[in-house]
Amino acid sequence: MNDEQLTVLQRMIKGKWIGKGFLALLALAIIWWVGGKAIQSPSLFFQQIINGIQLGFVYALIALGYTMVYGIVRLINFAHGDVFMFGAFVSFFAVSLFQLHLWPVQTFPSLPPLIGIVIGTLSVIALSMVSCAILAMTIERIAYKPLRDAPRISALITAIGVSFFLEYFGALPFVFTPNFITYKRPFEIVTWYVKDGIHRLEAGAEAPPGSVIFSNVLIIIILVSILLLVGLNYVVRRTKIGKAMRATAYDKPTSRLMGINVDGVISTTFAIGASLAGAAGVLYATAYPQVVFWMGIIPGLKAFVAAVLGGIGSIPGAFVGALIMGQAEVISAGYISTPMRDAVAFTILILVLLIRPTGIFGEPEREKA
Amino acid sequence: MKIDRQTLGFWIVLLGLIILVQVLVSLGILSPFWETLLKIGAVMSIVSLGLNLIYGFNGQFSLGQWGFYAIGAYAAADVTYRWTQMKNASGLMILLLVVLLVGVALYLVARLVSRLRGLDPLSAFALYIIGVLIAAYIGVQLGSLLINPVTQALSALPPNLSLQIVYLLAVLLGGFLAAEVSYLFGLPVLTLGSDYFGIATLGFTIIVKVLLDNSDTLLGFEEMKGARGMVGIPKVTSWLWVALFLVLVIIMLRNLLHSSHGRAIISVREDEIAAKAMGIDVGQQKTFAFVLGSFLAGLAGGLYAHINGFLHPNTFNFIKSFDPMIIVVFGGLGSISGTIMAAFTWALVLEGFLRILLPAGFETWRFVVYPLFLLVMMLLRPQGLFGGFEFPYLRQVLPKPYTPKTQEQLSLVHAVEEAPEGD
Amino acid sequence: MSKRFLFIISILIVFSLTLGACAQPKPTTLKVAILAPLSGAVPTFGVSTRDGALLAIKEWNAKGGVLGRQIEAVVEDSQCEADPAVNAANKVINQDGVKYIVGEVCSKASIPVSEIAEEKGVVQISPTSTNPNVTLKADGSTKQYVFRACFIDPFQGLVGASFAINELGAKTAFIILDQGNDYVRGLAENFEQAFTEKGGQIVGKETYTSQDTDFSAILAKVAEAKPDVVYLPDYYNIVNLVTAQAKEKGITAPFLGGDGWDSAELDRAAADGGYFTNHYSEQDTRPIVQQWVKNYQAEYGSVPDALATLAYDAMNLLLAAIQNAGVDDPAKVKDAMASIKWEAVSGTITFDQYHNPIKSAVILQVKDGQVKYVTTVAP
Repeated sequence: MNDEQLTVLQRMIKGKWIGKGFLALLALAIIWWVGGKAIQSPSLFFQQIINGIQLGFVYALIALGYTMVYGIVRLINFAHGDVFMFGAFVSFFAVSLFQLHLWPVQTFPSLPPLIGIVIGTLSVIALSMVSCAILAMTIERIAYKPLRDAPRISALITAIGVSFFLEYFGALPFVFTPNFITYKRPFEIVTWYVKDGIHRLEAGAEAPPGSVIFSNVLIIIILVSILLLVGLNYVVRRTKIGKAMRATAYDKPTSRLMGINVDGVISTTFAIGASLAGAAGVLYATAYPQVVFWMGIIPGLKAFVAAVLGGIGSIPGAFVGALIMGQAEVISAGYISTPMRDAVAFTILILVLLIRPTGIFGEPEREKA
Repeated sequence: MKIDRQTLGFWIVLLGLIILVQVLVSLGILSPFWETLLKIGAVMSIVSLGLNLIYGFNGQFSLGQWGFYAIGAYAAADVTYRWTQMKNASGLMILLLVVLLVGVALYLVARLVSRLRGLDPLSAFALYIIGVLIAAYIGVQLGSLLINPVTQALSALPPNLSLQIVYLLAVLLGGFLAAEVSYLFGLPVLTLGSDYFGIATLGFTIIVKVLLDNSDTLLGFEEMKGARGMVGIPKVTSWLWVALFLVLVIIMLRNLLHSSHGRAIISVREDEIAAKAMGIDVGQQKTFAFVLGSFLAGLAGGLYAHINGFLHPNTFNFIKSFDPMIIVVFGGLGSISGTIMAAFTWALVLEGFLRILLPAGFETWRFVVYPLFLLVMMLLRPQGLFGGFEFPYLRQVLPKPYTPKTQEQLSLVHAVEEAPEGD
Repeated sequence: MSKRFLFIISILIVFSLTLGACAQPKPTTLKVAILAPLSGAVPTFGVSTRDGALLAIKEWNAKGGVLGRQIEAVVEDSQCEADPAVNAANKVINQDGVKYIVGEVCSKASIPVSEIAEEKGVVQISPTSTNPNVTLKADGSTKQYVFRACFIDPFQGLVGASFAINELGAKTAFIILDQGNDYVRGLAENFEQAFTEKGGQIVGKETYTSQDTDFSAILAKVAEAKPDVVYLPDYYNIVNLVTAQAKEKGITAPFLGGDGWDSAELDRAAADGGYFTNHYSEQDTRPIVQQWVKNYQAEYGSVPDALATLAYDAMNLLLAAIQNAGVDDPAKVKDAMASIKWEAVSGTITFDQYHNPIKSAVILQVKDGQVKYVTTVAP
């Protein structure tokens, strides 16, 4: 090797050009592929983006639970997806058996129907959130708390055990039954299409070609999610319990010395995370109207990936990660191949981890120097 | 030569048990139902021993074991399928040469990378990928040339013998293929922190499963039939085969862990910084444990594929990838005998005794009982079912891991590690 | 320490031996095994299958059993997965001494079970597994002891395609399928072939996986392609999700499906206007059909779905074959089964050389919350 070659080589090594070139080629190939197809039909592309947003917001609510619990006890709570399933079932029973969503209309007949339905739907969501919070606190008390001083893997195995238990116990004929159950929404679906302005799409009518369709489910999902996110942010940033949570996440023994009830804080964290999952359960079942005992596994996994992608332990990270996951799924389903979409999601995750080893918003690991 | 009592006792018990099972099977006292479960137990032992090496001894939280198991299973099955159904050695020769040449390529690129000082991991990874792709292509081409002579040579042997030879090679090659894939995958991923490593390996398992779902369309292996399931694999895995492999794996692990190399692996689990300070190449030890553990998974996969003679991608889905982890934790982290006992118990109880003991009408309760059992066991015995029990022969001569007892010691450890997990 | 280990192992072995020893077949009852996925991903299919098969046994027992012996059902959970199915099959054959198996539901579980059944000389009839390899060996020859009670895919796909072209006047079709499900894949492939042969055009083909719930990406493409008919040959759970989302996306093309649609759980509001091919119609006036629906309702309080019906037929076929053979010997029973002609709920059944049933299909329409009979198509 002569000197000039060596400098070129050294420069390549120093600037990490081989790796960067490799990634750039990969990125170009994907942009070429997806972009080429997107330009063919822009309306289809926008439709896919909107579908992705709907999915992403639901994932965000589940991902927050993962990220909060992980941030505070460093436990990958595999049972979280099943808490989500429980929330969906609670709302199913509330709507189908007890007609909870109708109470404002029935008690106050003078109320405008829109407000009545909104309050009714919100109370269904609230019921699910409370039930999930109670369930999660029970699980925490029975299965995780006794293991707080044991190796972390023990708690992980119990989490898997709890997850299996919730699924298979739920599948028993006298609990949730093993059936696929059609979910009755607490409100009627209204659809609009966007083409030269926003028009309402009548039931049974066909949307004109080149239009982008969205429904009130999308609006409700976005509104409820943002409401809950703002609320969560307020709790974590502005309240005393939020401060205690952040302190506990940072350093448990010291927090205890400062007079923080660490067990209580952990319990509250589980409850808050689970209540968000409960809300997600209702929204998910409303968007994709079917409930079944294993419905939590896949969204749970996706949300978990989203949380890791954004940097597990980080609340904005979980949110951004979930939105990316939603888009990645729909784009890969729309333009690459649906059966491959899990592979695409995980490839993105691994690539992101290679560039940022603790996720997009993750802090550098404090575990090991 | 003097053999000490512990060693002798261990071998007598082990070989005695293996022969006892074989005799009972031959006499028909142990029905095929139990025989299959014992085979599954042995296969799970090998997978879990591999995971125990990675997680229990080396401290890398891996959920990718099941993906390597799948790779080994499908690779080995394809070789024997082509031998029995298509009557040629195409699978064998192509896999053999691909494994050989990729191995050579990995070695050469590793040499190259170690010379280029200051190369960032991503660039190194890109070089590896390019090297492996070229080697694999040459391997396929060269392998295709050798098909006919090897087919003729093998056909000259008695059919049963040639099948056993092809089978043995297929299982070993499945293991080596899994090892090479794990080396390639481990390069970038092993640098991640513990939980992130776990998640990346979980992702690997899922990607493998998705690829197998589309193996006939995307990968171009018609005979694997994608998500329809692969049929026509000869059922040649007998109890003696799995027992033989299990014994070999036990000897290998035992000798490894008794060597200085094994102590280096364990030192990485105990404290990476201290290990580094002692002059141990931490990255190399991690890679070695990961590759060897994955090799065992691939090997077990090859054995598994020839038990039922049928493979389906669903067998390799990510929920089942927790099974080896559960077994390892139950047997006790870093315990060889515990892992083996836990694997057999797991197979015999879950599919065997629970099936027989649960009364009619309660078939679905099997999986309600199982997680409850998991929960109760973890709460009562978080150190594992057999609680670190080890045969004297297999026991490593090592100081006990340091466990802080008082609050004071705990905060000391805490201050050193700055890790919030010590609480 | 090693004493304790030895103790555990010996306990396990002794335990298994005693269990093995007490598994002597009792001559008084005739045992028939039902392998169904009672847990796993599709337990609801398993429950229907079990209920249908058990009802058949109950009816035979009420009539005095078969060969003068009462029939005893051995139910095992096979989870719709290869390993548990193999273990369940080994258990019923070796521990319970069963010589006749009805099951499994899923092809991926039925195939490994059929290998064991063929090896051990145990008669197996799968109610619903459509993969050709259930009754065929890898080299293409027929497994002597293995049968199935459902259509194989070509016929149903053909019927669907002719109906779409002749009756619905469709020129273009869009196919949505689960690549991982043989049943769906087989129907879709055969529909595609028949539809193009008859001059139709396939304007799009999209795949999903069985655990998907969000079909918006696929449906956006359907809306873009504007087909005359959408072929969706999956089970009712997927149909409910897809058709409900399609309505919201403003897709008005009728959906067309297979017998997987047949269920009381089908969301009739969402699937309104859809058609599907099936084995029988509840409105069929044949007494056997009316009797079946009535008995099932009396027993379980719901309308039988396709899986229950096929399991009922499979069990009846098996017991009738034993009756015809006149002896409790699987080797004789399999010959009796191969040459049987039996009036079943899903039509008069005979078996072809590949052990697939030959029977007619009906076409049903979902309209105004009801499933209406449209027409019958003979093979």
